Parts: sequence; structure tokens; C-alpha cells
Amino acid sequence: MNKVSKDNFTQEKYKYGFVTEIESEKIPKGLNEDVIKLISKKKNEPEWMLEWRLSAFKRLENMSVPKWAKAEIDEIDFQDLYYYSSPKDFKEKPKSLDEVDPKLLETYEKLGIPLKEQKVLAGVAVDAVFDSVSVATTFKEKLNEIGVIFCPISEAIQKHPELVKKYIGSVIPVTDHFYATLNSAVFSDGSFVYIPKGVKCPMELSTYFRINASETGQFERTLIIADEGSYVSYLEGCTAPMRDENQLHAANVELVALDDAEIKYSTVQNWYPGDENGKGGIYNFVTKRGLCKGKNSKISWTQIETGSAITWKYPSCILRGDNSTGEFYSVAITNNYQQADTGTKMIHLGKNTKSRIISKGISAGKSSNTYRGLVSFHKKAKNAKNFTQCDSLLVGSECKANTIPLTENSSNSSSIEHEATTSKISDEQLFYCMQRGLDAEEAQSLIVNGFCKEVLQKLPMEFAVEAQKLVSISLEGSVG
Amino acid sequence: MLEIKNLNVTVEEKQILKNLNLNIGKGEVHAIMGPNGSGKSTIAHTLAGKPNYNVESGAVNLNGEDLLSKDPYERSLNGLFLAFQYPIELPGVTNASYLKQIVNAHRKSRKETPIDAGEFLKILKEKSKLLDIPMDMHSRFVNAGFSGGEKKKNEVLQMDLLNPSLIIMDETDSGLDVDALKTTADAINKLRNDERSFIIITHYLRLLEYIEPDYVHVFQNGSVIETGDKTLASRIDQEGYS
Repeated sequence: MNKVSKDNFTQEKYKYGFVTEIESEKIPKGLNEDVIKLISKKKNEPEWMLEWRLSAFKRLENMSVPKWAKAEIDEIDFQDLYYYSSPKDFKEKPKSLDEVDPKLLETYEKLGIPLKEQKVLAGVAVDAVFDSVSVATTFKEKLNEIGVIFCPISEAIQKHPELVKKYIGSVIPVTDHFYATLNSAVFSDGSFVYIPKGVKCPMELSTYFRINASETGQFERTLIIADEGSYVSYLEGCTAPMRDENQLHAANVELVALDDAEIKYSTVQNWYPGDENGKGGIYNFVTKRGLCKGKNSKISWTQIETGSAITWKYPSCILRGDNSTGEFYSVAITNNYQQADTGTKMIHLGKNTKSRIISKGISAGKSSNTYRGLVSFHKKAKNAKNFTQCDSLLVGSECKANTIPLTENSSNSSSIEHEATTSKISDEQLFYCMQRGLDAEEAQSLIVNGFCKEVLQKLPMEFAVEAQKLVSISLEGSVG
Repeated sequence: MLEIKNLNVTVEEKQILKNLNLNIGKGEVHAIMGPNGSGKSTIAHTLAGKPNYNVESGAVNLNGEDLLSKDPYERSLNGLFLAFQYPIELPGVTNASYLKQIVNAHRKSRKETPIDAGEFLKILKEKSKLLDIPMDMHSRFVNAGFSGGEKKKNEVLQMDLLNPSLIIMDETDSGLDVDALKTTADAINKLRNDERSFIIITHYLRLLEYIEPDYVHVFQNGSVIETGDKTLASRIDQEGYS
């Protein structure tokens, strides 16, 4: 029916798979107190931070990896990983872009993230994290003028310890689960955002995570605080080189929204997914949680998940403030042998809290795609409301889609609406589009983009077009 | 321009078309009539390259080129247009963006640049007006929730936008009320010219009263049993197929 063969695109399919030839400095492999002390020392951390890490590490000794995900995960030898890698001679973060190694600038340029201010996307400030360190942050001073703090978390620990101390671990407890605890012990870098009272952040803030070094885990830690009446839109992007080994990215992301504040957090996740036989790729085990602490606050997660060999993440909202709102919009695409187990938790604690979940799962090839969600209404959550919609689209006949929506209801005045559909791209739809001149891949991409339109529209405009392309690229080779 | 020679087609191992021969010249309008199950729609689907319509033997040439070796989208880009009997719904895809994308696919194959948004809107307005299509239909999803009449008009609109050289209409008249039939037929008549050929598949005389065919073929058991001019259509309408 069509002549598109797999060989046409496998070579260019993952265009971010290159390796930057840069000498890296790693601390020895293994997970122990010395390694943690060394990371803390590299980051020039105050004593309290080291103590915090070490207490997390102590807890870790009695914990084991969680097994609930519908995914087959090869056992990870946590002693056989590097926990810290930075470009060589990277003692301190460069003060200006002129001091940044040109190879790094070139890397981000190649990834489509120019860091030179004259070239950057207007209206988007970027923090670029390379392996375990932040190499550059743009528009920092400009944002400082209005009181917005946007910097690597390692810098925030030194310069804004009162904020970090107050909020780190306040949304994701150190003991939450194995990977969250591991992250608390060994986290390296990530972004810190503080939006002061009443400030609507005038730019999109974004962090771009790049794993470059081999056999290295990336332990991102991000903390975003929106003070009363403030607003921020934040976006993260991720890529990694093509490698035969599986690499671990275990992040903790915490969001805190105070009274009347709003945080919009978008992810375009494009980690290397492994090759068409399922070799290599990133293990993306991520804990993302937002706390709507204040009344009328709002946290909205939008995620486009296309990469990773295994994705395992549940961006969640704890709706503690009365009248607070949580949203989760997700497109998760799996192809070849990828496995995704993703969804959200909406924990309703306050009165009149609302949540909305729109999940679009697309499975192709021999992949497996699971939506796992929990909507929970506590006793005091009077008049709480949830709407959940989970749609799955199957491409071909060898893939799997699962929907596991759980609800817990202790409030008798609340309401939950749930809709779920599973559909297949029909041969009729493909033929119709092809009869009008679209080739098989164009036809499929048109139909798939239609399927996830509702979610793609939630992305900041600058990224919506990119995301649309990404959706198409991720499914290349799955037709015919 | 279209030559069908000894065409044998099976669908799910059942032979539907049997030694079909048909020649269609430039600018000609051919009507194909016949009872249910006689293979009328199978001709349409086979020519368009629908999967599972297996050509066992025979040849088809369109504008001097072998049609059967081409992918469905290549046939479209080479000028073949099939107006579907049951147009397919594409949820989430707005009609306007879909129409623009198919227009651009054809432009690309002619090595032209993508159409400018303003220009496209202008053309879309013009052509929609001819068919009495309200512009707000274009912000709806392709065929989703469209009435039978809206679906058929949308097919004719696409036909008009893509400028094909061979148009195959598979029961375009079904689902249209009298007014819509007239509007649609008028629009189709405007597309008639010396270069463009039509195959009109229909059960009824009424469409052929508006769009006058040069030839009428009667189909039975997968091949043409009788060919005549438009008076043959009137006779069948009165006397039936037997």
C-alpha cells in the first residue's frame, strides 16, 4: 500500500542523538556517603544542605525500587553509575556567555536553543543544564529587575537559602519513594524560580536538560515558587545522545502556588527513546508534584512525552487551598519498544477545589502505553469536582494501551466525571487522506495531531508548532 | 485518457470485476449505472488504489501512465480524484487546515511553494460560495457531525480545489435533497471542460438530468453489459435493469 520503508528515516529520526566531544570531569562511580559529600562540595553547599542529603541517603538504605509500573525494567546497578559529571575545568558557573566553552554554546545551538541573547527566542529565558551543571542562564538580570529569581538551584542554595530551606522537600517529602529519596541525596542541578507577590512573569522561563556523558545519571531538581497573586509559565525540554546503554534521569520537581497564584508548567520530553529494537534509551523516572497551597491558586501541567525507553511519571497536584484548581494535559507517544506509564494524581483537600485531566495516549510499534491516575477527595473537600478524559489511539496491532484510573472519595458533595475512549487509526481514514494527495506518513500525522490537538493547544505558542512536528516524527515508520 | 483493459479484481477472495474494458476520452462524461452489488463502487476503489482491492490481471492507463503500480497518493497527485460515497470523518482536524494541507500537497508535487494563507482564504470563500457552503463549516472537524448533504458538498469542494483531470463520483447524489442536488450539480458542471473527464456512478437518473453524460454504461456482474447515450439512462429509469 505504501512504499515508505523503515530505512528511510531511522537515520534522521532522532536528530538530537549527537555527542558533544568535550572532556568531562566525573566523580568516581558508586553511591555512598563520600560521593554525596563530594557532590555537595563541588556545589559549594552550606552544611545544612549536606545534612539534608545525607539524611535522605540514610533513608534510602532501607528502601527498594518501586514496582507498580506496567513496565519491564532491567535491574539498575546503582553502584555502577556516575552521579556527577561536568565539563572539565568547570569550577564555577561562567559569569557571562563569553566565558562559556564555545563547544557548549554550539551544542545548544544545534539543539535549537541559542543562548546568545541577540539570537534567543524573544520572550523566553533559558537555563541550560548540561549533565550535572547549569552552563548558562539567559535574561537573568532583566528578570532580577522585577524581583523574579531564575537561576540554577545550586546557586539558589547559596544565595537564597531561606527560600530553598523553606520549600525544598515540602511538596515531595524526602521519603516519598525510592527515586525521590535517591534524588534528594544526589541531585545535581536544575532550576530555581521565585516569582514575588503580584508579579506576572513577563517571559516564558525554560530549562533545557541535556545528558551528554555516558554511564551517567542525571538527577535534576527543580523548585518553583509563585508567591501570592503571581503568575509564571515554565517550560522544560530534554534530549540525550543515542547510546546503546540505558541512562537514568531521575528528577524531582516541586511547585508551590500561594494564594491567587498560578503556575503553568509545560514539558516537551524528547529523551533518546532507544533504537527500533529497543536497545538503549533513557530511563525517565520522574517525580513531579505541585502544591496549590493558597486559596484560588492554580497549577497546570502540560506534557508532551515522546522520548525515553521507559517513562514513569505522574505530575500531580495537591489542592490544599480552597477554590484551587489543578490541571493535567498530556500526550504520551510510544513507538517501537518504548514503555510509558504515566498519568497524574489530583488530591483534593480544600473546599470547592477543581481538577481537570485530559490524557491522550498514542501507541505504535510494539510499545506499551499506560495511563495511571488517581483522583482523591478528602473529607473536607466539599463541592470538589473532577473531570477526567483518557483517550487512547492505537497504531498497528502489536502495541498495548492500558487505562488505570483510580478514585477515592470521602466527600459526599463532590463529583467525578470520567470519559475514556480507545480507537485505532482506521485504514479508511488513511485511505481518504491519501486519496487527496497525502502520503502515508503525512496522513497519519494529520490524524494523530487531530487526536491530540486539545493538549497541544495548551502549550505556549512558541513551542506548539515544534511539538506538533515532534508528534509526527515520533511516529515515523509506524505506518504500513 | 483512461484505458481499462481486461481488468479482473477480487475483494476478500471474491471476484468482483470480470474482464472489464472501458475507454474514457478527454473531456468526456461517462455514467455507470447498475444494480446493487454489480461492482460499480469497486471500479472507483480500484482506480483510487484502495488496499484489499486486489488486481488479479489487466491493465489501467491514465494519461499514458500505468496507474496500478502507483500509491494512492501518487494517483491523486497525478490527477485522479474520487468523491467518496461515504466521506470519512477526521476528528480533531479542522476542515480549513485539512483543505489547505491537501492543496499544499498538490502544490508541492508541482514544485510550487505552499499557498499563502490570505490567498487560500480568498479561494476558499469563492469556491464555498458556489456550493452554498457557509464559512463556519471550515472551522468544524472534517466531516465530523456533517449532514449527508454537507459531506457531499465538501467532497465537491475538494474536487474543485485540487483541479483533477479525472473525477470519479461514487453516488455523489445520494444524501442530497433536491436543492442541494441542483447546487452541487451546477458546481460540477462548472468544472466540466475539454481536458477533464468524469466517471459518474449512480443509481438514479436525477443527477444525470443535471449533468448530462456523453455515455451511459450498464453494469452487471462486474462488467459492462450495455453502452449507450443518455437515452439509455432514461430507459433504465423507466424499465429497470432486467
